[in-house]
Amino acid sequence: MFVLVEMVDTVRIPPWQFERKLNDSIAEELNKKLANKVVYNVGLCICLFDITKLEDAYVFPGDGASHTKVHFRYVVFHPFLDEILIGKIKGCSPEGVHVSLGFFDDILIPPESLQQPAKFDEAEQVWVWEYETEEGAHDLYMDIGEEVRFRVVDESFVDTSPTGPSSAEAASSSEELPKKEAPYMLMTVTHDPSGIPGPAGIHQRAGPGPPLLVDEQLALCCEHGPCPALGKEVELALKTTATGSDEQPAPCQAVPSPASPRATRVPQSPRTSAHW
Amino acid sequence: MTGNLWKDANAALLSNYEVFQLLTDLKEQRKESGKNKHSSGQQNLNTITYETLKYISKTPCRHQSPEIVREFLTAMKNHKLTKAEKLQLLNHRPVTAVEIQLMVEESEERLTEEQIEALLHTVTSILPAGPEAEQQQNTGDDVAMDEEDPA
Repeated sequence: MFVLVEMVDTVRIPPWQFERKLNDSIAEELNKKLANKVVYNVGLCICLFDITKLEDAYVFPGDGASHTKVHFRYVVFHPFLDEILIGKIKGCSPEGVHVSLGFFDDILIPPESLQQPAKFDEAEQVWVWEYETEEGAHDLYMDIGEEVRFRVVDESFVDTSPTGPSSAEAASSSEELPKKEAPYMLMTVTHDPSGIPGPAGIHQRAGPGPPLLVDEQLALCCEHGPCPALGKEVELALKTTATGSDEQPAPCQAVPSPASPRATRVPQSPRTSAHW
Repeated sequence: MTGNLWKDANAALLSNYEVFQLLTDLKEQRKESGKNKHSSGQQNLNTITYETLKYISKTPCRHQSPEIVREFLTAMKNHKLTKAEKLQLLNHRPVTAVEIQLMVEESEERLTEEQIEALLHTVTSILPAGPEAEQQQNTGDDVAMDEEDPA
């Protein structure tokens, strides 16, 4: 999740800070400049790791401050490709599911990367995974605040430096608000579409690869509580070949209550059915 | 002025524990020096430090130590995993075979079922459990005791 980035920069120390130790002033200036900021094509900077080299400090004519070239290493948030991360669902929109890590918010799971079949519930503005079992579909809702495990498949850096005034006509440009783009955004999947057939064996992938589990400890739940039957089906599905499972999953012991509109609402995050 | 800000964008991979340790030490340092924590310039550092510490504290990494990490990496030598895979195992502490299969690329080809079990055992025995898992373990123990009672 985090990497160390070697950087070099010139740090300006104003004269009223000359009494402080140079290293402390420089560390403070670097953190002031970079902490919680996205550097283009590098990632989200967290904090200074260490200073590796300090070159000579210069004072330039007209400016009383000292300028020091510093070589340092900074801790940066930059997950590698295919890394698995766990985050909380921030919200859902037609664009997909927005996930947050607390310190980093711009993570998107586009609809095609969710566990299929998935549909967007307009009324509640939430994505739903329609999990098929023998009795029919259980709707598993991607609720806000739920934990979700995902794999990073793509990232996009946008240079949000201010640009000059556009040459568009004054009338049109004053009506539109500039679109706010995230400087660093992660595209992720919860359902892995790697359909590479493996050698004949216990785990054979002939279709989409294993979707990511939310949390092994969280059993599939309906309002009756953890459903051992559903959990068992997932377990069985994993151990069989994709051509079909030899063992039939046990039917759900709980009887869904027809009265409540949310009869199949899952209080916890969606689990997987592994389409191996 | 001089061109690029960064020299090497990937000098080293850091484990979540290392970042946790760094931020905790930084917090202590800043608490001791007192004075200018709340100046506008420091607000960004405060925010990112707080949020990142909050995130990592909820993972199994918070109970790790340099000795544990060293022991883990030594034990991992036999399993022939890439650096990225070992890092994910260290950060997540998987407890089931499915999680291993997600983190290890092409695990069906590289690892047999016994090897996956062995890997799981190494991971769960060396790495301490996270705060959530501990909570669940406590409730699990209570349930087990109730079941054993009517003998």
